[in-house]
Amino acid sequence: MTDPNLSFLQVENLARVYPSPTGGGDVTVFDHVNFRIHKGEFVCVTGHSGCGKSTILNILAGLDTASAGNVFMDGREVSGPSLDRGVIFQGHALMPWLTVLENVSFAVKSRWMNWDKHKVRDHAMRYIELVGLKGAEQKKPSQLSGGMKQRVGIARAFSIEPKMLLMDEPFGALDALTRGVIQDELLKICAETQQTVFMITHDVDEAILLSDRIMLMSNGPHARIAEIINNTLPRPRERSAIHREPHYYPIRNHMVDFLVSRSKQFGALRDAADAPSSPAVFDPVDLIESESTVFSALPSGKPHIHLVNA
Amino acid sequence: MKTRLSLGQQSALLSLALFGVILLIWQLATLPEAHTVAADVDPEYAALMGGGAAKSASSFPTPVEMGATLWEKLSDPFYDNGPNDKGIGIQLAYSIARVLAGFFLAAAVAIPLGFLIGSSRVFYDALDPYVQVLKPISPLAWMPLALYTIKDASMSSIFVIFICSLWPMLINTAHGVANVRKDWLDVSRTLEVNPLRKAFRVILPAAAPTILTGMRISMGIAWLVIVAAEMLVGGTGIGYFVWNEWNNLSITNVLFAILMIGVVGMALDSVFGVLSKRVAYQE
Repeated sequence: MTDPNLSFLQVENLARVYPSPTGGGDVTVFDHVNFRIHKGEFVCVTGHSGCGKSTILNILAGLDTASAGNVFMDGREVSGPSLDRGVIFQGHALMPWLTVLENVSFAVKSRWMNWDKHKVRDHAMRYIELVGLKGAEQKKPSQLSGGMKQRVGIARAFSIEPKMLLMDEPFGALDALTRGVIQDELLKICAETQQTVFMITHDVDEAILLSDRIMLMSNGPHARIAEIINNTLPRPRERSAIHREPHYYPIRNHMVDFLVSRSKQFGALRDAADAPSSPAVFDPVDLIESESTVFSALPSGKPHIHLVNA
Repeated sequence: MKTRLSLGQQSALLSLALFGVILLIWQLATLPEAHTVAADVDPEYAALMGGGAAKSASSFPTPVEMGATLWEKLSDPFYDNGPNDKGIGIQLAYSIARVLAGFFLAAAVAIPLGFLIGSSRVFYDALDPYVQVLKPISPLAWMPLALYTIKDASMSSIFVIFICSLWPMLINTAHGVANVRKDWLDVSRTLEVNPLRKAFRVILPAAAPTILTGMRISMGIAWLVIVAAEMLVGGTGIGYFVWNEWNNLSITNVLFAILMIGVVGMALDSVFGVLSKRVAYQE
């Protein structure tokens, strides 16, 4: 049986060291990375390029190995790729010689090898419909737009019904309008399926719209998870309405401030190896409470900024 | 009123015009010379040297003679009147059969081996020196060795085809397999696809265009080499036919054979052209 004290996903003291390209000492991209993800939780990670976000995701996927530390999922150590963890790749990674249906069926067939043709097809079609691509199932990826390709990637990842979904900047290459539409769809699908998700994003608004928690990584080398934001915005969320939520701007400002200034300072302030390995947690609920006592007359919105910096 | 021709029609017209020009030059070049025997040459000697002949100045045929030969040979391609007089169809069939045998043997070795070297850096580096040394050897240089060990002329020419078809297929397969996009391999890893299924459903289709290119190059080389090989070993085949007709001093038949070699080579190549199109994919 699974230990009830363990979270669904538990990452302990993860580190990744690369040999220096110039031949000098090794480069530690990140170390002392600790976090937990609960079942059904949607967690976003953000940070500047080079902090090792993608490497962490690849380690979770089992495609890369950590230099130190452990990853446990569902009580078992992650030691290689598994059908339990679906991955949505940044560059969609569809096989161009297969049609949309064949791409999804390939995954379905990999998951349930003893299913007959019809069952595989029906199952694949269900997920193709879910991402709104019914009618395009016989097309090759080259005939699809960027947004449609990424939808096929989403359908493929969901179709194997993984215990956890890993997404590496899935919408990074899409234009803003398409991205919005697909984010809405992802929000809907995740609500329906109660999927546990770990997602890398550079997009502040995307993280706020989708996540339950946002992990902020400091800059590399020796990057680590510096702060965690509890995203308290109520669900269901609407893109058009979330900025009116009282917690929206505190969260957004906290995040932007981190990315602009604190992400750099973190590395300088801490004393290398024995720096705090558990990140500071930011919860807008605390903020609003303290604010309501001190500045009860202030309207919600912009004036939060100075508080967040405090 | 002018009607515009499509690009296809324009090039067809140009092609035809070029054909006409070639025929004309050919005809002019092979016109019978005004027959004058120099006074100081013994007429008998002149006749012996061919100068006294009333017809063409050389045994090079005129386009009309060539056409007649073409018609005659092609209307009965499969006759067999003994070792030195077989129909062109039979000779070509011998050559094609040898080429196909050598080629498919080579494919059976090169494609699996290419898969292996393409997917393993260790194997690649270990076998690379052998490939680099063996590749530039003219396939005909193997002929004496083949004749000595195999002791059969026909099998030796198949071996020569085998050895010359091997390298382009091997190198292209290795290259294609080594350059399969990492994304696709990562996808199959996360889907826990077993190695055999990964080889056939992911790596093979991904590398297929490169492999097909290698096969096409190999086939082209094989068809070039078979003519030379058959000239050496003799007996049957289009290469032997060319050499035999040269010994007969029948330039017409040599020309005819050259034309046939070209046509068959084109046909073989276009088969691979069609196959290439079928496995091509657009990213």
